[in-house]
Amino acid sequence: MSCIEQMKYRIHLERTSFKEAREYIEKNSDEVYYVSPGYKIFKDYYIIGIPPVAVGAKGNALIFTYTKPCYGSFVLSIANEDSVKEINRLRKSGKEKELASLKKGKPPESTRAPAASYQDIWKE
Amino acid sequence: MTGANVLLMMGCPEVPIQTSIALYLSHKLTKLGFDVTVAGTTAASKLLKVSDSDGYYVKKLVDLDKTIENIIEERTDFNICFAFMHNDAGMTYATTMSSISQARMYSIVFGRNAEALAETIEFDCEKIVAQDVHNPVRLKNKLDKVMEEIAR
Repeated sequence: MSCIEQMKYRIHLERTSFKEAREYIEKNSDEVYYVSPGYKIFKDYYIIGIPPVAVGAKGNALIFTYTKPCYGSFVLSIANEDSVKEINRLRKSGKEKELASLKKGKPPESTRAPAASYQDIWKE
Repeated sequence: MTGANVLLMMGCPEVPIQTSIALYLSHKLTKLGFDVTVAGTTAASKLLKVSDSDGYYVKKLVDLDKTIENIIEERTDFNICFAFMHNDAGMTYATTMSSISQARMYSIVFGRNAEALAETIEFDCEKIVAQDVHNPVRLKNKLDKVMEEIAR
């Protein structure tokens, strides 16, 4: 469970397709920023999405997509101190309206963490 | 490619053939010498754990979201990824995987809307499509051919 589910959020759109969720953000935000799939917000939520992944700002609220395998995509907004920080981070990164290729280079080879074993999962 | 790390990425287990194909693929690929990890949602993982309670077919079973986090944070990655999908969310997860991972992607598209869903895939992958819900044989036969190719 990501921290999003423990925060106070508003649902704007639920159980929809990712593309419809993106269009909603584009039409209903004061500012729209485009990030890569996997962009991290609120400490531990990595946005699942199809490029270009839109993230919106409206006042102090951050508007973003939230996708669950069994329930489809949602559009959520969160307005608090952390959302203001996230909006400022997006503004600084200057990705507003940037629709250029969002598929960046593949991540470099890195230290691999061993996957949890089957037995570890079974203990849960 | 034998010896390569393979990820089987399960989505929502609502369509029955996902679990049987995941068990089949995991076992076959392991026997071919691949290092196979299966990632799933909580429900998909529980279905697999009960079906294979001694871990005979699936040696490594991990949480889907945690796996995505580990790839993004460059703590792990895979050479090959088979992404199961029967809905828009599954396709969205697979697209994310193709963006964050170096893995060669194979999209396993099934369920009643398989062909329409397959057409919405925008990332580079090989598509294995079967418009089936309950009978896994057609999908199994298509995957047998794919396994023959990657085992060469």
